[in-house]
Amino acid sequence: MTEITVAPLADVTMPRPRGSVRGRLQDALPKLVLAPSFAAILLFVYGFILWTFYLSFTNSKAFANDHLVGLSNYQKLWTWTFETDPPSGWYTAIINMGLFGGLYVVCCLALGLTLAILLDQKIRGEGFLRPIYLYPLALSFIVTGTAWKLFLDPGIGLEKAVHDLGWTSFSFDWVVNPRMMIYCVAIAGIWASSGFVMALFLAGLRGIDGEILKAAQIDGASGFMMYRRIIIPIMRPVFFSALIILTHLAIKSYDLVLSVTGKNPGGAAELPSTFMYSYTFTRNQMAVGSASAIIMLMAIAAIMVPYLYSELREKSQ
Amino acid sequence: MKFRTMLMAGVALASAAGFAASAHAADDKTVQMLHWWTSGGEAAALNVLKGDLAKEGFAWKDVPVAGGGGEGAMTALKAMVAAGNPPTASQILGYFAVDYAEAGKLGDITSLATKENWAKVVPTALQKFTTTNGKWDAVPVNIHSVNWVWINKAVLEKIGGTEPKTFDEFIALLDKAKAAGVIPLALGGQPWQEATMFDSVVASTGGIEFYKKAFVDLDESALKSDTMKKSFDNLAKLKAYTDPNFAGRDWNLATAMVIKGDALVQVMGDWAKGEFKAANKEAGKDFLCYRFPGTDGSVIYNTDMFAMFNVPADRKAAQLALADATMSISFQSAFNVVKGSVPARMDVPDTAFDICGKKGIADVKAANADGKFVGSMAQNYAQPPAVAGAYHDVVTKFFHGEIKTSDSAVTELVKAINAAK
Repeated sequence: MTEITVAPLADVTMPRPRGSVRGRLQDALPKLVLAPSFAAILLFVYGFILWTFYLSFTNSKAFANDHLVGLSNYQKLWTWTFETDPPSGWYTAIINMGLFGGLYVVCCLALGLTLAILLDQKIRGEGFLRPIYLYPLALSFIVTGTAWKLFLDPGIGLEKAVHDLGWTSFSFDWVVNPRMMIYCVAIAGIWASSGFVMALFLAGLRGIDGEILKAAQIDGASGFMMYRRIIIPIMRPVFFSALIILTHLAIKSYDLVLSVTGKNPGGAAELPSTFMYSYTFTRNQMAVGSASAIIMLMAIAAIMVPYLYSELREKSQ
Repeated sequence: MKFRTMLMAGVALASAAGFAASAHAADDKTVQMLHWWTSGGEAAALNVLKGDLAKEGFAWKDVPVAGGGGEGAMTALKAMVAAGNPPTASQILGYFAVDYAEAGKLGDITSLATKENWAKVVPTALQKFTTTNGKWDAVPVNIHSVNWVWINKAVLEKIGGTEPKTFDEFIALLDKAKAAGVIPLALGGQPWQEATMFDSVVASTGGIEFYKKAFVDLDESALKSDTMKKSFDNLAKLKAYTDPNFAGRDWNLATAMVIKGDALVQVMGDWAKGEFKAANKEAGKDFLCYRFPGTDGSVIYNTDMFAMFNVPADRKAAQLALADATMSISFQSAFNVVKGSVPARMDVPDTAFDICGKKGIADVKAANADGKFVGSMAQNYAQPPAVAGAYHDVVTKFFHGEIKTSDSAVTELVKAINAAK
């Protein structure tokens, strides 16, 4: 596929009238076209990362200032990291990030892959089923979160419905139990995103060359074997993209946790993103907020950079 | 007509922009106002102000940023001010006004304040937020207070209860409701709501002088005292009277429980009255408003203000007109009747208000005279947001059992407040 699209492009651009104004313009055109967005990204993404990094060393409160205080904001976060009884907001945020992020990414991948494989069995009505699984993604996280909060609320939702049906000992109060809340956030998140992951995997499955599968069949591979040894390994790049998308969704999720838990009762539904926002904007401790943002960035980098590196290096070999 | 004023405003704006460079053009006759009063009643209340200003020939340029607590609006305001393009005025809460004043972003309307003698009519404690070094830079629109309880009258009569005067009577009343099979206390289990209730509990347990010492002066011995421990214990007692599903509930849903008669009482600021009004309930007939038991005579307040920003000279006239219109007796009355709060100036007649409003107005006057008019810790009127946030953390962790005893609660409170200072 890729070779076919690249080839004619190369043919067109190769014989270039060198030296002429037009030729030079043509040479520079891609750079010119890309320059504005490049400059914008340089300033608004990387520039502000640097700005945040700088702020994390100041004692900025409601507004940014340039009174440098060294590492004291990081020291604060570092001591909070080990405050477990009662848990500090930052400690809860880190633990919740691990629980929520881990469950969200793993379950979305597993569920998405399973759904995709099941849908790929040439079943009838696939065109009807596929959008049903995809629709949750069309809802904003705040709608998703509110709907799940209402659905899981013991007083009006699932628990009450089951009680009304006659099973009165049934109890499911996670959404109002501060210790279990984060799992409800994960449930809502998985519900919203696994359809999307399914679509990614389905596209990957459809892109697999039928010849390979036929060859495997001739060699006597069973269905399970074929998936385990051939299809899933071929789809590695899909895993790669799904993982990157899910990880960043998990880390930046903010509206979902607020809408499911109802503004952090008991301080138990903190995530690094809510922590960062509340310190920066509502508690007027911008410097602490900036420090937490930088730590979030570094944590993401620590996970993603080695992975990106290994994936990309393998590709170039 | 409306279209024409809009057109005029547009022309005025365009010309102001065009001629700003050349000499002194005519004054900019637009008031640019950032606020989050976008819901029905509040928007209607604000329209009164718009109308008043239109009569004086000032156009209104609305900058609404929806969202209950104004978090979105505060973020938007920060961006506008940082960009050097502040609005004429912005709705603002508590220490955010102080922050902007300290950063030198607010204007000066002292001339008008002196002429109108605001220092006399605005409660003294509240002027902490509207003035900086004796200079007026904000105007208060209303006074809310948080030490109220809202009771469903029918339920109260059904269980045979009367107005509780002390904390112990309150507990006895809640017990009665529990025995009658009603949810005694409607609570929204969100940090700010729990902390707001705790404000009242502290004032009730230790008295308003203790409250002042602990929360306004941040006196460490008061924060660590046995009285504070007892306050936490009293708060823990209240938890037994909530329904099991209270965690994370929004405040208006808790109010709805009282309105519907599922629950007996809610401890909440007087914005709850708006919910009763919206459900066509009448004060004194369908619902009752009492001061939180043991805090009668004291007012733990929060207030909405309009901060006046430091705008260029050609926009000053519009700003003064806005400040003047906001502080007019007629607007203060009309606005607060709709909003459920009480006027921020004490010389407004209470004729248009319901009995809760009348009591509120009388309470503010009396509390101001007795020095019992104090800022709410939970609502950012006793301490800056960093400290108030620490307070929210400790109260909610205690209420949900993450902090197990009142002993460790006071230790944590002191620690958290010191870390935030």
